[in-house]
Amino acid sequence: MKGMSIIVKKVSQLIAGIIFLYGIYIVLHGHLTPGGGFAGGAILAGAFILIVLAFGTDIIHLKHDEERASLFEGLGLLAFILLAILGFIIGIKVFFNNYLPKGQLGELVSAGLIPLYNIAVGIEVCAALFTIFLALVIYKEEISK
Amino acid sequence: MEIILSILLIFMIIGAIYALFAKDLLSALISCGIVGYGLVICFLLLRAPDLAIVQVVVETITLIIMVAVVLDSTREDLKERIMIREKESSYINTKYVFNVLTVLVLALFFLFFFNQAIDKLEPFGTHTTRMAEAYIENGARVTGSANLVTGVVFDFRGYDTLGEATILFTAVVGILAILRLRGKT
Repeated sequence: MKGMSIIVKKVSQLIAGIIFLYGIYIVLHGHLTPGGGFAGGAILAGAFILIVLAFGTDIIHLKHDEERASLFEGLGLLAFILLAILGFIIGIKVFFNNYLPKGQLGELVSAGLIPLYNIAVGIEVCAALFTIFLALVIYKEEISK
Repeated sequence: MEIILSILLIFMIIGAIYALFAKDLLSALISCGIVGYGLVICFLLLRAPDLAIVQVVVETITLIIMVAVVLDSTREDLKERIMIREKESSYINTKYVFNVLTVLVLALFFLFFFNQAIDKLEPFGTHTTRMAEAYIENGARVTGSANLVTGVVFDFRGYDTLGEATILFTAVVGILAILRLRGKT
């Protein structure tokens, strides 16, 4: 897959980091401000897709990226389920039990398990969208060869 | 606000109808974008910023992917289909009349029952379900989350969120299974 012109490359170099930071902010502040795991994960995936579209790589790197992305997707979903199941072991026998202390309302570290759920879902959504994009790009590369 | 919403909805309907009849596939995609981004403004006006963020990002990503697909394949509608349509033009007139009549009858039918049901509804903006009151009053205290939407999504409705994440996972598994040229040896 070929990259784009130097203007696109420079602009995406400048912007991709800011988009990535904004996605992390949306994920981490999901329990305080609008957003959360799904929105932040989609923004993170957008940053990755921007980099791949602007610079372009060869098919070996793309396949390597796809393997890692699908690995992180499985790990994100697994972490989400494990956090939910831990309620069985630690606290009352309830699935999705919020067993951590709640803390002060409105602080960054509060709301018990909800920020951890947000992070797990954010990783899962980001990796899933990026994997779909990479699968489409790899398919196109294989056909054109 | 309802007037602005109605204007936006009319714009979205016009965009969707144009997308159906556009000859150029790229312009059809752009007019599909009217529907998506109009929906973003609707969500913002209805005070649902969580949904608006998700909608604007997902709309942008899908639009990028679909534009890439269209630029790679043929941009124009195929000529052959248009030729066939012209050949069978005598059939199409009766078909069109029948379709339009069916749509009108169904629209009147639904309008009648919608008119009957709308008397029972609460005024615009107030909720009718009893469960919502408990969520709104006790949500912040029980979950400890300042953003009520995240509190409901990850605490009260954890099963729903697990299902959504599983749907995305299943979609990726299906795409990885289908999108390949030959099977793994």
